[in-house]
Amino acid sequence: MSGPSLIDSLFQRTLEDLIKGLRQQLIGEQAFISKALEEIRKEIKSTDLSTKSTALLKLSYLSSLHFHDMAFASFHALEVLSSPRFSHKKIAYHAISLSFHDSTPVLLLITNHLRKDLTSTNEFEVSLSLQCLSRIANVDLARDLTPEIFTLLSSNKLYVRKRAVAVVLRVFEKYPDSVRVCFKRLVENLENYDPQILSAVVGVFCELACKDPRSYLPLAPEFYKILVDSKNNWVLIKVLKILAKLAPLEPRLAKRVVEPVCDHMRRTGAKSLLFECVRTVVTSLSEYDSAVRLAVGKVREFLVDEDPNLKYLGLQALSIVAPKHLWAVSENKEVVIKSLSDADPNIKIESLHLVMAMVSEHNVAEISRVLVNYALKADPEFCNEILNSILSTCSRNLYEIIVDFDWYVSLLGEMSRIPHCQKGEEIENQLIDIGLRVKQVRPELVRVARDLLIDPALLGNPFLHRVLSAAAWASGEYVEFSRNPLELMEALLQPRTSLLPPSIRAIYIQSAFKVLVFCLHTYLMQRESTTSSACPDNLPSGVSASVSYESFDGLSVENGGDAAVTHSLTSTSASMTDESIVNLLNLVEIALGPLLGSHDVEVQGRARNVLGFVDMTKLDLLNPSAQEDKGLERKGVEAYKTIELMHDAFSEELGPVSLTAQGKVPLPDGLMLKENLGDLEMICGDIELPSSNSFSFGSPYEEKVGVSFSNLQIKEDFEQSNESTSLLAEHRKRHGLYYLPSGKSEIISNDYPPANDPTSQGNVNDNSDDLAKLTEESLFPKKKPNHAKPRPVVVKLDEVDEKPIAMKKPEAKDDSLSGAVRDILLGSEDVIPTSSRSNLSGKPSSKRRGKEKQDTDPHVESKENLVDDGNPSSRRRKHHSHGKERRHKSPRKKNAEEREDNGQKEKEKSSHRHGRHKSRRRADELLNVSPQTPVIPDFLL
Amino acid sequence: MIKAVMVMNTQGKPRLAKFYEYLPVEKQQELIRSVFAVLCSRAENVSNFIEAESIFGPDSRLVYKHFATLYFVFVFDSSENELAVLDLIQVFVETLDKCFKNVCELDIVFNYSKMHTILDEIIFGGQVLETSSTEVMKAVEEISKLEAASNAITLIPKSASGWRSR
Repeated sequence: MSGPSLIDSLFQRTLEDLIKGLRQQLIGEQAFISKALEEIRKEIKSTDLSTKSTALLKLSYLSSLHFHDMAFASFHALEVLSSPRFSHKKIAYHAISLSFHDSTPVLLLITNHLRKDLTSTNEFEVSLSLQCLSRIANVDLARDLTPEIFTLLSSNKLYVRKRAVAVVLRVFEKYPDSVRVCFKRLVENLENYDPQILSAVVGVFCELACKDPRSYLPLAPEFYKILVDSKNNWVLIKVLKILAKLAPLEPRLAKRVVEPVCDHMRRTGAKSLLFECVRTVVTSLSEYDSAVRLAVGKVREFLVDEDPNLKYLGLQALSIVAPKHLWAVSENKEVVIKSLSDADPNIKIESLHLVMAMVSEHNVAEISRVLVNYALKADPEFCNEILNSILSTCSRNLYEIIVDFDWYVSLLGEMSRIPHCQKGEEIENQLIDIGLRVKQVRPELVRVARDLLIDPALLGNPFLHRVLSAAAWASGEYVEFSRNPLELMEALLQPRTSLLPPSIRAIYIQSAFKVLVFCLHTYLMQRESTTSSACPDNLPSGVSASVSYESFDGLSVENGGDAAVTHSLTSTSASMTDESIVNLLNLVEIALGPLLGSHDVEVQGRARNVLGFVDMTKLDLLNPSAQEDKGLERKGVEAYKTIELMHDAFSEELGPVSLTAQGKVPLPDGLMLKENLGDLEMICGDIELPSSNSFSFGSPYEEKVGVSFSNLQIKEDFEQSNESTSLLAEHRKRHGLYYLPSGKSEIISNDYPPANDPTSQGNVNDNSDDLAKLTEESLFPKKKPNHAKPRPVVVKLDEVDEKPIAMKKPEAKDDSLSGAVRDILLGSEDVIPTSSRSNLSGKPSSKRRGKEKQDTDPHVESKENLVDDGNPSSRRRKHHSHGKERRHKSPRKKNAEEREDNGQKEKEKSSHRHGRHKSRRRADELLNVSPQTPVIPDFLL
Repeated sequence: MIKAVMVMNTQGKPRLAKFYEYLPVEKQQELIRSVFAVLCSRAENVSNFIEAESIFGPDSRLVYKHFATLYFVFVFDSSENELAVLDLIQVFVETLDKCFKNVCELDIVFNYSKMHTILDEIIFGGQVLETSSTEVMKAVEEISKLEAASNAITLIPKSASGWRSR
């Protein structure tokens, strides 16, 4: 071994030198550290323990604050640990606590060092060793050192004893059988009058009870005594935490502790204890009205406190109490609502939850309105938090609280226009879902969709694309409710749709197709009804177009609003004239032509479909427009049929599909889905898919159109991106080409406020007043004599829409620890003469399991005198005298046995067990049938 | 149970880090960074709580206190009381103040070992064992004496700086 020379160790840098060097940063932090690490690697190999320990300390420093791995030094740490000097030990223990973990290879070598220090006369050495154990103990260490810890649990040095108590937590967790040895002493410490010891023990029980409260019910009387007697706030807080866990399991206990808890609540000046009392009452004692009232009174004091911490905790307490006592929230609603505009994000979110807890079907509209106004002003994060809670609250249980779906759909539309809105996906889902489920809402849905679609500004916001896709889908699917399909068509084909991702653009095109079919169908119907009575004022299309267009240009600005209103009242069918159909078809051709060259197959395919359809219709239906009307019918018969067919196809109602629908389809006989797929892959494997570029489309005519228009389109798009035109109307002025040249389009005018304009929203504070008023009114549901309309039917699918049953909380893991604890506790109860056998054996099977383990566990046997507490099973142990031999078997084996025991709770695996055992089991089973007797005998409380 | 104690300065440099469950150093660094990212975005005079479950996993809470250039951060679970832990931070800082006479960031930078000694007196394996700063001081002084005594056996100071400072 080439250790460092004497000079090296003489001039070794101390930790202080290292820190100074780091701060000077002459060569840069990283370079300095790697140099230091190099030195450390050399120094740590030194045979001189001082040099070694200094190196180890430096390494710990670099590991702890500069995050360099120090696993390589684990053996050196052990060497330093063996030093007789306290300072070296301290450094070594620190390094070990920092870097050792369950899979550190040298972990087992530490046992003897620890044992030596645990039995040291110097309390600080003992403390160091316990501290280290509390951090690194694994099964083996816990098992091997249990005797030492047992001794220390009754040490007369308080400094040591409280640490021994604390270390028990880790030891129990790693090696449950140590419970049999140490538990009794731990409980004895519970009766200690030294507040420090008491605090430590109660802390340990608090941790234990959190994991498995039921096992500690027998100790309830002790905890109750501490609750009444103790004056130490730390202890009281911990005891309250324990009791909060135990009370729900044992109603009689709850009844007993209510009064003392309330006393503390009234008397204490410490906010921490007060809050713990409040929390205990609202979580575990919420059936006791007077206690809850007292607690809520205290919460109110918290809420109006200057300290934001108390306010935050007060709000938290309210949200715990809200599900059972909503009145508590409504009594404090002013504060809650005011907190929505607090500076602290924690408080804002907490109050938002509370506001949402107050929502009911009577006030959902008003509350949502106010919240949306808050969202408009909030920072992006909180804004989305608000939107999210509105969306999830309203959609809960299939829109349970929504009565007026028209309102909700328009709210969704409004929410998507909020500047920071990033909830596009959720809004999309809900829009489509509602469209499918609620028939009555479709007209309003189409209106909302239209408002979204016609605003070119929205296309520029990528977060809204999902919403727009839902809007496009809805307006296509339910186009029959549209007041102006032609306008919809314009919106769907407007140039800025090029900003959409291809998948959504495809939806736009498909919707445009549906609208087109609908228009043509309407047109034909109209034609049929007014056969041959040609409208006299039907001007030649060219003229009419230009005229109406000019007039629109001139007038729209002033008259836009009025025109829009009047127009929207006119019926759809009235608007279908020859010329509008021609324009419509032209529009489609112009807008979709360029897409024939799209690189996205979906877009390309759909555009191609629509154009094919347009071509056919145009040739058949409208080219002969110069001809006589009677000729039309003959010529158009082909197109007529197609349109009819498409219309029928599109008006087929789409409904929500059950999640399990696929599963319900019976598999046809002889169909072997899985088997043949492999072949398919083999067949298809060597077919090379041609890239979409290599497809060539259509006639030269189309090619030409496509090219010329795509150039145009590109130019347009370019302009688009430079100028932020927000209104379709302005678009029209500049790119009239893409719009239908008729007065009907006046509907697109200035009466739509620019997107995201918050000016129309009221003042937040006014709103909060409103909200306060609203919740006041509506929290006590007055009978609304007449809903404007009855709640529409929401289509539900049987069994599917039912919320997936929440995963049952896994039963408290009945692990070996709790088994052992119960065993001990119930065993000690046996000492009480009155306790009946039934009380003992009425225990769940874990009890039995515990005993079995006891039987097989030789370690305990060696300590039998310590555990022997009158449990009759100890007598039975005698026939296991061979246990002592097994003690020398490898620990691993023992663990395996233990695990096996745990795994086979119910099954008796024992091939080597005696018949006696079986009979015992039978007896147990018999007793298990009888209802489980309460764990705490009455007289204990 | 206390899960972690961190002290970092307002630039995000860790000054003390103690995790009561083993974590690889990379993970420690990541946690400290994410805590700092939240801390530095918070205004003055807001509450001392941070939503911690997104950083430390379920059932974690975090309180912090801001003193001059330092943040003191305690992470714990539902078996501790939030306000009590805030008091505990106060105890910790008071103890430091007594130990270093008007503690400042530099004291903490240069007294790595002592910082850990103090913290270890207050929190033992994640459990709060001592809440009185006088008691902590007493123990820390004892330990320092013991360390000095065990080092005094070496007559020659081991470090270059030891020479210089004489």
